[in-house]
Amino acid sequence: MDAENKKVYGVLAEFKNPKELVDAASSVKKSGYKDFDTYAPFPIHGMEKAMGIKKSPLGWIVLGGALTGMIGALALMIWVMGYEYPMNISGKPFINIPIYVPITFELTVLLSAFAATFGMLALNKLPRLHNPLFNVDRFEKASDDGFFVHIEASDDLFSEEKVTKLFQNNGATHIETVYDSE
Amino acid sequence: MSTDYQYVPEPKLVKGDHSFGSITDLIAKTPLSPTPKLWYLAFGLANMLLMVLLGAIGYLIWEGTGIWGLNNPAGWGWAIINFVWWVGIGHAGTLISAILFLFRQGWRTAINRFAEAMTIFAVMCAGIFPAIHVGRIWVIYWVFPIPNQMAAWPNFSSPLLWDVFAVSTYFTVSLLFWYVGLIPDFATLRDKAKSKVAKMSYGIASLGWTGSFRNWWNYEKAYMILAGLATPLVLSVHTIVSFDFAVSVIPGWHSTIFPPYFVAGAIYSGFAMVLTLMLIARKIYKLEDIMNIDIMEKMNLVMMVTGNLVAFAYLMEGFVAWYSGYIYEQGIFWLYVVGPYAWGFWILMFCNVVTPQLLWFKNIRRNVAITFVISIIVNIGMWFERFMISVASLSTDFMPSAWDYYSPSMWDILTYIGTFGLFFTFFLLFLRFLPMVAIAEVKGVMPQADPHNYDEETSEFDIEKTKPVVVQQEQTV
Repeated sequence: MDAENKKVYGVLAEFKNPKELVDAASSVKKSGYKDFDTYAPFPIHGMEKAMGIKKSPLGWIVLGGALTGMIGALALMIWVMGYEYPMNISGKPFINIPIYVPITFELTVLLSAFAATFGMLALNKLPRLHNPLFNVDRFEKASDDGFFVHIEASDDLFSEEKVTKLFQNNGATHIETVYDSE
Repeated sequence: MSTDYQYVPEPKLVKGDHSFGSITDLIAKTPLSPTPKLWYLAFGLANMLLMVLLGAIGYLIWEGTGIWGLNNPAGWGWAIINFVWWVGIGHAGTLISAILFLFRQGWRTAINRFAEAMTIFAVMCAGIFPAIHVGRIWVIYWVFPIPNQMAAWPNFSSPLLWDVFAVSTYFTVSLLFWYVGLIPDFATLRDKAKSKVAKMSYGIASLGWTGSFRNWWNYEKAYMILAGLATPLVLSVHTIVSFDFAVSVIPGWHSTIFPPYFVAGAIYSGFAMVLTLMLIARKIYKLEDIMNIDIMEKMNLVMMVTGNLVAFAYLMEGFVAWYSGYIYEQGIFWLYVVGPYAWGFWILMFCNVVTPQLLWFKNIRRNVAITFVISIIVNIGMWFERFMISVASLSTDFMPSAWDYYSPSMWDILTYIGTFGLFFTFFLLFLRFLPMVAIAEVKGVMPQADPHNYDEETSEFDIEKTKPVVVQQEQTV
């Protein structure tokens, strides 16, 4: 396949180190681009400021999980021990909240952990079977020692020359246009 | 002689001259290169032990718990000892990965993956014992609150049922935490793998991870929340395990010190097990730069602290027995010291009270061979602690006429040895196919990872800009 038949997905630029990546990201942000992302083998300190990312809403998702776990556990135990299958254990009351604490705690933690894990994957739109970035051979370095910025073609301000120029000014070591594989 | 103080750059967590790329190569090499012969040998041995376990469990299911050495006062023998011991071993993994993460302890990255794997396999070994000790294992699902044809429900006020929830939650959360930590490293292996099968398998496991910062941002949040959840969880699990004992009225069990004392003991034995495994693995896989002596020393310090907490708990048990004026409690404590199980008590005292005192010495903390020996002694000691609690208390309870000496049968011993087969089978598979060090996290704590450590003008890494620490330098005048 030659480049003519393929759809441009964006432009990918590689930078030398975390510092240059942060600088490049803030310069991309300042130029007004919105559909861009940076790629690194580990999370970089201060990148959220450079990219202008808002706080992750994951905490609220986890709170939902925690409340579900807590209310569910208490409801289950009160219903079972109080109404459905009451057992007289040394004359203790049927609905005996202190005794429910351990299981309530465990189920709260369990459902919060599910919410945290699957909520994170959902926010990140993972699992994902196909990603045009994997068409770029160099991109393998993003999980090793490569630092990349990618501006998507879907951005309103996107034009291949302008973006390339911006990356060059920021000292990118490699710049490559990414094509979608169709 | 005078003492001089100096500001020097922070000591590096990863020794030697490493770049991001060399860290990847060092760790990703093992899962991606051909299997060494030694691994097959170890795996074969572990599998043989696993067969022993399956045989012992098979015979137990066929014949019933009568094959164990249980007798009338001691209705709980090695099954509960091994359960508590294995769960305790697991705790270090969660401690290292969660509590030390919240405390921003960068050194945890060298061992957290390793310790978390140990946790998961240790909890699997632990979980076997309560499941098989019920006798009729085919109705084990009765412990779960599932509606069944008898319209009977589990008793939620029983500490044994709390165990079911505690251990299964602990296992699930540890597994999620472990997997979330593995996702970026699976992506690294996917990108490094040459063979089609490896590329496919790691690719599926990595869920299409790209290292996008927008993803890292949610990921870090999720990781922090999971660490925050696992921290009280690790304390609660062993607390609930200790309730199995403490909620009953048997002298020697009915004690409020049990929850913190069990948790301290769990961390103590868990760190010992991580050290035992780490000191072997770092040698075989040449990871001395990452799992270095500084980290070993820090682990030894944790072991010393928790070991002394445990020693303090023993002292308090004796003191409270005396101070309470309760003759049965005093009697059981005296029987620990001079009674039929005194041999166990003195082994325990030697392993858990004397051994950690050695760690006050810096030379010992930094000595690989001695640390290895100490770590094994500690694990033996913690096993004996559970032995003393379970067996010595039960078999000499209130009425001397009911007392009976407990000794394990062959099947108790084979089941226990067999669990090592299960543990090492999984552990060897882990060492073979998964990255045994958290690649992304180690890179994250290297000084090169922080943009602040770079020169503003040239954008080059500058060691002078890393956070300085004060060191005391002795000078001979």
